[in-house]
This record gives sequence, C-alpha cells and structure tokens, in this order.
Amino acid sequence: MMLFKLSVKNVTKSMKDYAIYFFTLILGTSIFYVFNAIESQTVLLDVTSSTMDIIKLMTNILSGVSVFVSFILGFLIIYASRFLIKRRNKEFGIYMTLGMGKRKISIILFMETLIIGVISMFVGIVIGIVLSQLMSVFVSNMFEADMTKFEFVFSGSACIKTLIYFGIMYLLVMIFNTYNISRCKLIDLLYANKKSETVRLKNPVICTALFIISSCVLGYAYYIVTDDSIGAKDLDYIFKPIILGVVSTFLIFWSLSGLLLRMFQGSKKYYYKGLNSFTLRQISSKINTTVISMTVICLALFVTICVLSASLCIKNSMTENLETSAPADLELEFCMNLSDEDNSNTKGQKYTVKEILNELDFDIDSYMEEYIEINTYCSENLTLGDTLGSKFDEIKNKYTYLGYDDEEKIIKLSDYNRLAGIYGKEKFTLNENEYIIIADFDSMIEIRNRVLMEKQAINVFGHNLIPKYTECKDGFIEMSANHLNTGIIVVPDDVIDENFIYANYLIGNYKAKDKDARIKTEEEIINTLESNNKINNYKGFEGTTKLMIAQASIGLGALVTFIGLYLGIVFLISSAAILALKELSESSDNKERFNMLRRIGADEKMINKALFNQIAIFFLFPLLLAIIHSFFGIKFCNIVLEFFGNKGLFSSIIMTAVFLVIIYGGYFLLTYFCSRNIIKER
Amino acid sequence: MENILKIENIEKYYGNKSNLTKAINNISFDVDKGEFVAIMGASGSGKTTLLNCISTLDKVTSGHIYVGGNDITKLKGNNLNKFRREELGFIFQDFNLLDTLTAYENIALALSIQNENVKTIDEKVKKVAEDLNIEDVLKKYPYQMSGGQKQRVSSARAIITNPKLILADEPTGALDSKSAKMLLERFNYLNEWLKATILMVTHDAFTASYASRVIFIKDGRIFNNLNRGLDTRKEFFDKIIDVVTMLGGDLNDAL
Repeated sequence: MMLFKLSVKNVTKSMKDYAIYFFTLILGTSIFYVFNAIESQTVLLDVTSSTMDIIKLMTNILSGVSVFVSFILGFLIIYASRFLIKRRNKEFGIYMTLGMGKRKISIILFMETLIIGVISMFVGIVIGIVLSQLMSVFVSNMFEADMTKFEFVFSGSACIKTLIYFGIMYLLVMIFNTYNISRCKLIDLLYANKKSETVRLKNPVICTALFIISSCVLGYAYYIVTDDSIGAKDLDYIFKPIILGVVSTFLIFWSLSGLLLRMFQGSKKYYYKGLNSFTLRQISSKINTTVISMTVICLALFVTICVLSASLCIKNSMTENLETSAPADLELEFCMNLSDEDNSNTKGQKYTVKEILNELDFDIDSYMEEYIEINTYCSENLTLGDTLGSKFDEIKNKYTYLGYDDEEKIIKLSDYNRLAGIYGKEKFTLNENEYIIIADFDSMIEIRNRVLMEKQAINVFGHNLIPKYTECKDGFIEMSANHLNTGIIVVPDDVIDENFIYANYLIGNYKAKDKDARIKTEEEIINTLESNNKINNYKGFEGTTKLMIAQASIGLGALVTFIGLYLGIVFLISSAAILALKELSESSDNKERFNMLRRIGADEKMINKALFNQIAIFFLFPLLLAIIHSFFGIKFCNIVLEFFGNKGLFSSIIMTAVFLVIIYGGYFLLTYFCSRNIIKER
Repeated sequence: MENILKIENIEKYYGNKSNLTKAINNISFDVDKGEFVAIMGASGSGKTTLLNCISTLDKVTSGHIYVGGNDITKLKGNNLNKFRREELGFIFQDFNLLDTLTAYENIALALSIQNENVKTIDEKVKKVAEDLNIEDVLKKYPYQMSGGQKQRVSSARAIITNPKLILADEPTGALDSKSAKMLLERFNYLNEWLKATILMVTHDAFTASYASRVIFIKDGRIFNNLNRGLDTRKEFFDKIIDVVTMLGGDLNDAL
C-alpha cells in the first residue's frame, strides 16, 4: 500500500513533467477511438446498399490500419516512458540506497504506468466520444448523406477495442520498464546526471564535403522522382530514390550539425551577441546526439505532409470529376474480342448489346428515354507502336513500360458524333483521309501530341490517314470516375472494315429524372439482368452507371481521406511528441545551465528568448527539410496519381498546412511552456 | 579608502513563527576597494547565506546592503539582473562553466550578455587569459580541462566585466592543493595588480590565509575579525588557526 501511495504521489508531483506524455497519450487514445468509431456512425446514414459495401470495406481497411497505428503508438509510448525513467534515475537510486529492491521499484513503476494508463485512457475516450460527434457530421458530409437528425453516437466496440489495444501497449511498457530497471546499476542511477556528454567536434572539411555530396544525392533523388516518365516505369524503380533520400537526409543532418555552428561562428558579430553563442552550442551539442531521431522525425513529417495532401487532393478531384466523366446514366458493353482464355466458348460471337438484351427478354426501351448503339474496332495491324510511327523508338526509350503491342481502338466518326451528342461533347467532321485521336489521360495525351505534331500518318484497314489536328481532342467512350482514356482513333465511316469489330456499346439516359426514381430504375435493371441465368453465356457483357461510378468514387474518396487523415495525424503526433519529449528530457540539464546564466546576470527576457530560439530551431530543422522533401514528394504523387486528376491541390496543401500548424505548432508551444516552467528558478 | 560594500545590520530568517531559524543574526561590516576579504565559518554558520544575500540570489529579512553606495536590497526584477551583470563577478565551488561552450566562449559570454562589441570582447578575453595564465586552454571544453584550469576560467569570466566586487564561494573546494595554491596566487595577483575587490567564503584556513582580512562567522553572528597587516602568509595562517581553535570543535576538522 505504501508503494501505491508513493506511485500516486509521484504521478501528481511530476504532473508538470508528464504533461506532454499525458497529452500525447490522450490524443493518441482519442484519435484511435474516433477512427474506429466511424463504423457505428455510418450505420445510421441513409445511403444505398452499394455505398454501404464501400463503407464496410473502408471500416475493414481502417481497422487494419489501426493495427499499424497501434504499433507506431506503442513504440512512441515505450520511447516516451524510457525518457521519463531516465529523468528519474536519481530518485530510483535513492530508493535503492534505502534498501528498496529492484522488484519493488518495478512495482512502483508498474503502478505509475497503470495510473497514467487508466487516466489517459479514460480522458482519451471521453474526448474521443466528443470528437466523434463532430466526426459524424464530417462522415455524413463525405458520403453525401443527409444528416436529417443529430444523434449522439457511442461506439461500444470501438471503446472496447481502444481499451484492449492500449491495454496491450501499457502492458508492453510495464514489461519494458521492469527489464530496464533490472538492468541498471546503482552507481549509474545516482550519478546519471553527472556524466556530461563529450562534445565531439566534427571535421569541418569532411562536413562540408559530406553536405555538398548529400545535397547532390538528394537533388538527384528529387530529379528521379519528378521526372515525368516515372509514372510509366516499374514499381521497383521507386526504391532507389527512397533509399537515396533517406541516406542523404541522415547525412545532411549529420554534416549540418557540424557545419551550422561553424557558419555562425564565422560571423563573430552575430555569434557573440547576447546568448547566441550559448543557444547555438546547445543546439549543435544536441544535434550531435540526435541525428538519427532528427532523420526519423523529418521523414515522418515528410510522409505526413505527402499523405495528407495527396489524400485530400484525391478526394477533391474524385468528387469534381464526376460531372464530366460520367455524363450518361447507363452504359452497357459487349466485348467480342476477349483474349482466348476468357471466352473460349463465346469466341467469335458477334452480338450487339441490344441482341443480348432481346435474348434475355429484357425490354430496355421501357426504361430509357434515349440511347445510342455504337461499335469500336481494332486490328493487330494497328498497335500503339504503329500509331507512334517515327517517334516510336524515342518514346519507347523514355517510357519503357507502355503497352506498345496493344491494339488501338478505332471508332466511326458517325458513331462518335452520336456519342458526343449524348455526352454533350464537341462533334467533329473529317475529310476522307483524316483521323482524330480522342483521349483524356494527361500523360498519354502528351505522348500522343508529340506524334500528332509531326502529322504522323497511320494505316487503318488499308487506308492511309493523316491527323486532322495536331493535338488530341478531349473525350472518351467508357464512363469512369477518372480520366482514363489513353486514346481512341476516330476515322471516317468508309474506312471501317466490319470484320474487325471489337465491342458494342449501348449508352443512354433513363426516363426517370429525380434521384429516388433513378435509383429505383437502376435497381430494377440490375436485378432483372443479374437474376437471368442466360447472362452467363455472354462473358464479355458488362455495364456501368452514373450512380455506380458516383458511389464508388465518393466511397474511394472517403476511404482515401480517412486513411490519409488517420495515418497523417498519427505520424504527426508521433514525430512532434518525440521531439517534445527529447527537448523536455534535457531540460533538467538545461535547468542548471540556465541557472548559471542567471547568476552571471542574464535576465529572464534573454533566457526565455534563448530557450524559445533553441526549441524553435529544433522543431523547425526537420520540418524545413521535410517541406523541401514534400515539395518533390507531392510532385511525384501528382505524376503517379495523375488519373485521379489534381484538382484542388492547392486547397489540400492549405488543409495540410493547417493540420501541421495546429498539431506541430501546438506541440512546439507546449514544449516551450513546459520547458520554461522547468528552468524557472525554484 | 572608497567603500565598496557596506553591510548594515542584516538578518535572514528561515521558517515560520513557530519554528524560526536565524541564518544571519545581525551582521554588519564594510569592505573597502581593493580589499581581499575571506569569510570563514563551519557548515551551517550562515556564510553561504550571507554570500547569497550579497549576490542578490537571496533576499534579506531586514537590514541593508550597499554596493558602491546603492542599496541592493531595494532592487527588483531586471534591475537585479542588471546589477548582477554589471557590478558583480561570481566564482563558484563547482566552477559553473557551461559544458557546451569552450573556455573562450564561456568567458566571452559574460561580455556578450552585456552587448559588448566583438572586438572589445576579443581583446578583453585575451588580456584576462594572459592574467590568469589560461591562454593555452581557451579553445578547450570544460571536460578537457583540469579542475584548476576550470576554476581559473571561471575566475576570468568573473573579472572580465570589471565588476566592483568579486564574490567567490569556496573557490578551492573542489581543487587539489597544488591547483588551489595556484588559484589563490592568481587571486592575490588580481587583488594587488588589478585592484580587484574580492569577497571569498571558505572554511579552509589555508585558503583564508591568502586574504588581507578574515571575518569569522559562527551561528549567524560575527565571531572575530582578523587583519593580516604586515604578517607573512605563514604568520597569518597561524593566527587564523588560533581563532579556529578558539571557535571550538566546530572547525576542528577544517584543516
């Protein structure tokens, strides 16, 4: 019982030192709860069944991510508790000189962890419950569901899950603490803070050389990832710049720690002004020992910034794309030229969609207000490689992984113009020896434009055609959430050889106009078709609708946003907390130093300023490099995620910045005020 | 002689009404310019409290302390820091050097806090290093120096601002006898050649024998006052030992 009293007193006494630890634990717990409680909030939403499926998928993924997150938080908590124990070495030393066994000290620590764990879990979950009410507004907004009534949601399962996950984490911390205590020697505990670290000064020449080399390597890595051909390259290719980036980040911090001081020492006027020399020495002495954690923090921040802005950006473009990329209600397709394995029994079947529907006894006309039927064609004599013509070798060198042997899709001009009518797109006219390429996938447009500029002639079913325009025209046949059309060749009707038919489409709009009626129509169509057994005879038959695309993209957008937010915030908290704890754990050393400064006459204003500068630089250093990294990282994301579009990139960066300022800035201020408290006289 | 430090009936109490400890019980004395005064006393005699009061690290309960004619018991806030910065120099038992800074930077810091310009800083540091014989350790860090060197660096930092009064708290406490002797000889040099006024607290008779005057304190009161006059250091040392013996068992272990 005495031990319990001691633990309680220790916790309350060192509340000030534990503030950041507590803050982090509570934040971690509440975020964990909020993201795991999303499931129970979505249950109440009024959404279609297909949206519900996406939500299920999302909650599954989120709970998977939660495992990963719990690993990160677990590491963070162990790391943090190690710091706190270090601070109290002397206290434990005194216990031991008084004859307290290591087992009892472990019990004290165990109870302290328990007390802290219980309190922080409780507070965290309470805050989490409050936050998740805000979250439910966000969630319903995300899925474009009507928030007809506000309902207080408490997720029992999320609560239990949080308790279990964090319980395990605290258990690990306890085991870790016990292990740590059992290992240490009394003399080290008592004289822990007497050991002053040796300040190793690095050779400035080596530092300069390393700095320059690592900057160049980093520049090279930046170049690799932002080279616009990277999107078409193999996935393994990305590992090289990542490894280069990590290594050079480490080396930059390593060399900078030696260089920075020299640089400022060069300017004697600045260096010997006020407490500047002291501040700079403080920083450089710490950077010496914390290069690795600086690197980790910088990279974590980098990941945070990229994940947050990319996910917000994807979400933005997802919802923005819809109007333009899915302009018709229904699109049915029968692909007659599937590869051999896919349709061995239907090979050579040439049906139109309409014929199939008739075969299924399905009367499409009763549902549709208007529709068109069009064909596409292709031939092995006209592949992407052929279309590229004289530019083929040059382009293949740069974009190794494009499908150069893929057959190009061809469409009759009259078919395309009817399609354009339904889609509300521009209609074209062609002379008998001309062609147009329709595309909306940006990087392919760029490639094709280079060829079109050269007025490259192509041979379509024995006819020589030249491009009408020197650039691709915007458009597509198949509706999708994103711009995925890599190119369709529009040719005059006479050119087409009907033997090379590839696919038949039926595209049109429902009679029903308002949302509910359209949902009803769609469900009827889908149910009738799916319940008909004969549909299995037609392997190449598929379809999509505006509503399906809308729901899929809303769902995907929400999925990406939630995972991005979740991971981003956890990474951000972790890196900020590590920095903050590092700063605070050294404040006991600093306390003596600052007292010394006071004795030789530095006033509080000077001391606070020195402290502020010191902490600010420590927080800014990794952030600065992370921002530079992210600049190129986001560029890279843009290239890779091009088919998602990059609408609203600017606003998503602003959002990311807001998160960064609030969380990272919050930690910075908290650290500053806590440190100021610690170094205060008495 | 100009009066640098004037202490008038100061008292310092700790605790509350029911349990009062008089750490300083009505002490008065003066220190003239250019004097080297040692304050001797056993542990708990109140000598460190006295020094803390003079250095404004602690406040007196009653009485007045004048440094250069100003009553420092009336100073507050930043004026206190200004006073400490400009009028006092400190030397501590555990050196109190910043371990992250080199000797040069440690010394220069005292001036840069006062916003002295770089050129003057450099000149002054070099000059004081010469005076204290530490030119060859200027580029070193505290952990690379011996105790004696550290204490001389600390002394250099104390005197570089040209303070009215140098306060030394057990300056030889952490030094071996050879280093202690060397340091005290430097103190004498500073005192005689640079006319520095030094007030030193010690419980060591040997250390005290380097001073020009020794004030003995027991239980918060002045017990005795010895002037060196024209005595040699050895003779003065013997006189101090006599007083220490007279002080009783408290200081018997002080040799």
